[in-house]
Amino acid sequence: MDFPIFHLDILGNRWLIATIAIIHVLVNHGLAVGMMPLVAAMEWYGQKKGDSRWDALAYRILFVSFLVTTTVGALTGVGIWLSVSLVNPYSIGSLIRVFFWAWFTEWLVFITEVCLILAYTLSWKKWSARGPEYKTKHIKLGFALGFFSWVTMAIIVAILGFMMDPGNWLADRSFWTGVMNPLYLPQLAFRTPLAASLAGTVAMFLILFFTKKDGFRLEALRSVGLWTLFFAPFILITGWWYYSSVPEAMKDNLGVSLGTLQFADWQDKFLRIALFTVVTILGVVQVAIWRPHRLPKIALIVPFASILWMTGHFERVREFIRKPYIIGQYMYANGLRAEDYALLQRDGVLAYATYSNPLSEDEQSGLPEGLTPAEQAALLVEIQQGKDVFMDTCSRCHTSHGVNGMSVHLQRMFGDQQWTPELTAGYIENMHYAQPFMPPFPGNKEELWLLGVYLEHLQHNKATIPGSQSAGVIVNRPPQ
Amino acid sequence: MSDIPVPRDIPLPLPASEPVLVTVLIVFFLMHIAFVNFMVGGTFMTLWYQLRGLKEKRYDALAHEIAGTITANKSIAVVLGVGPLLAINTLYTVYFYTANALTGTFWISIIPLVIVAFVLTYIHKYLWKQMETWKVFHIGLIATVSLIFSFIPLIFLTNVNLMLFPEKWGTVQGFFSALALPNVMPRYAHFILACPAMAGLLIVWLFRRRDDADIASIGFTREELVRKGYQWAFWPTAAQFIIGPLALITLPPIQNLQSTVLGVFALSILVSLWMSRLMFVEMRRPAETIGKSFASICILMLVIVVLMGAGRHIYREAAVGPHRELVRSKTKEYMEKVGAANKALTPDGAAGAPQ
Repeated sequence: MDFPIFHLDILGNRWLIATIAIIHVLVNHGLAVGMMPLVAAMEWYGQKKGDSRWDALAYRILFVSFLVTTTVGALTGVGIWLSVSLVNPYSIGSLIRVFFWAWFTEWLVFITEVCLILAYTLSWKKWSARGPEYKTKHIKLGFALGFFSWVTMAIIVAILGFMMDPGNWLADRSFWTGVMNPLYLPQLAFRTPLAASLAGTVAMFLILFFTKKDGFRLEALRSVGLWTLFFAPFILITGWWYYSSVPEAMKDNLGVSLGTLQFADWQDKFLRIALFTVVTILGVVQVAIWRPHRLPKIALIVPFASILWMTGHFERVREFIRKPYIIGQYMYANGLRAEDYALLQRDGVLAYATYSNPLSEDEQSGLPEGLTPAEQAALLVEIQQGKDVFMDTCSRCHTSHGVNGMSVHLQRMFGDQQWTPELTAGYIENMHYAQPFMPPFPGNKEELWLLGVYLEHLQHNKATIPGSQSAGVIVNRPPQ
Repeated sequence: MSDIPVPRDIPLPLPASEPVLVTVLIVFFLMHIAFVNFMVGGTFMTLWYQLRGLKEKRYDALAHEIAGTITANKSIAVVLGVGPLLAINTLYTVYFYTANALTGTFWISIIPLVIVAFVLTYIHKYLWKQMETWKVFHIGLIATVSLIFSFIPLIFLTNVNLMLFPEKWGTVQGFFSALALPNVMPRYAHFILACPAMAGLLIVWLFRRRDDADIASIGFTREELVRKGYQWAFWPTAAQFIIGPLALITLPPIQNLQSTVLGVFALSILVSLWMSRLMFVEMRRPAETIGKSFASICILMLVIVVLMGAGRHIYREAAVGPHRELVRSKTKEYMEKVGAANKALTPDGAAGAPQ
């Protein structure tokens, strides 16, 4: 409404955020938060045993982590921000206003983390050569780096938890009630052992590349296996804590039984995946500990893939929990505040829309045959208005014919019968009762009809919708 | 005025007072830009010296030394960019997000482009010796990085230029049409010239403090290396005396402000003249005294950078100021309507459950 609408009509807007975010989570958890303490522990172990092979191995693993975190990791972190500000500027704009100082603090910690990883990596050889005193200092530097990596995650998780359930913030709007939302600690507790275990499996994989087939490889696999094994049960315990905290947190979002049932299905799946992941880790790690010479590289991909699967599902559940909101009970997934609904449902969203999203030439084809030019022009006006309603109220999650496309859903529900406005508008008006993860329609009756006209047009027009990034916008003239 | 969009702002208060946010924005943005200058300028220098190294080996060694600075500078540049991004998100929410959306494809492509460039800089740096026999490919890597690093500031400048002109938001159709707006290309040229100039000073600093053994291994004397740094700093700065005024002239005029902005930029031109004179003198100094004025040059450069930042901020504020007032009053008016609509639904005025 107030910003030109960036739109990806084939893969969908959420795809952009999800791709960047999942890559970031994997790099952040597996190569920074979990890996830095592991590398420091390996360096310490090497010093304790007086075995330089541990030192060399730790350095090589650190070097890989350094290269990936300072390129892909750092940039995807910024990328989440940029992508969310394109897809849903209202939510990120609001979050930044509430969490500015949390983000600012996280940024200072991030600066510290980058300085520490530069210092830790670049001083490794020089400080190691200066004798045991410097080596001890270097190991402490490694643990400090691990701590700061964890702190950045601890701050960001507060913001993620807030998006799911703002808790008392809705009442008192204070920063600290926003931070200490009910899902904060369970989520942080869950991510911490997950990161440590993920790092363990990545490290075991790298060990197979960085060591020869000798006794040291077996020893290294066994030791890192023990590290991974140590954290695996905590994934299950903290996963259970998180799992049990969610229904309480989400009950205000999804009040009806259907939503609860659908969510229970997701939640059970999450628990099964978590169990499977932990069992896989335990299985592979057992081999690494007791029969390390029998451990093929491919076997290490299994726990890694299951952690990936679990992380992906965890993120999806997280997203599901907050629906129909993007900021629990404050802002719906369409970017409109719950508070705005009374006005918008009375006057319509178009009355307050700053921009219109022009129909492209391709989008104007497929009109019913036999219309006079005047009738065609009148219908195009309605389709244009219907498209604007769609863009303002649906397009943050839905495409026209692509991923999560409107035509896909309508085809599934109504088949090849004509998608008349009576049919679709009637459904949309009440869909949030049947599909409680959907926000209520925010516009007025007339707009519901216009949206129906547009959806009917989509049945005969398969053109993709260009976003404002290519087609620009038309500035709506204020009512006189 | 009817074709000038007046959107509503996010209806939440700013998280800090405006001067605090402006300070965060300007101070950290200038620091970020300085490191971006070092990084991009260092990349240009590495490419240039590697090409010269094809005929004279010691230039290749010099390129290797400079390449070592790129990766460290890039990490600092990225991390310093986050703070100003936070501040611009709060201070210029409507303006920044609008410009982002209107150039969205290119705006988000900054992420993969920077990742590719950073990975290539690591490959280029850490596989230097292994690529001795693949020299053309090796130089191709840094040439690719130079191209990517040259393009990213263009995306950024197009964005921050577009955000200042709400009257253009309804006419722009994608990145290239935003790129064609006045002032983008002169500002871009101004920025690109600043890169070797800043990196030149970094080179002077670097080789003044290196120990003799390191200097000897490169194959140049310390004096030669410092002189080269000054040359990189001086000539692009001299070119700025043409490009700078061009960037100033092409700034869309704003009522009642021209004199203030002109004053700030005129002052920066005077300081630049003084700094250029010192650089010129340094370039001609004998080995014993070269570098004597380095601290003064750095201070003057800092003054210029601060004046540029201040000038840009004054202009930005003036450009969006009247429009921002319209946005504020429209947001206020809207929130009053929201309050009234909710009051009509529920007696206590609280937001009713949407139906």
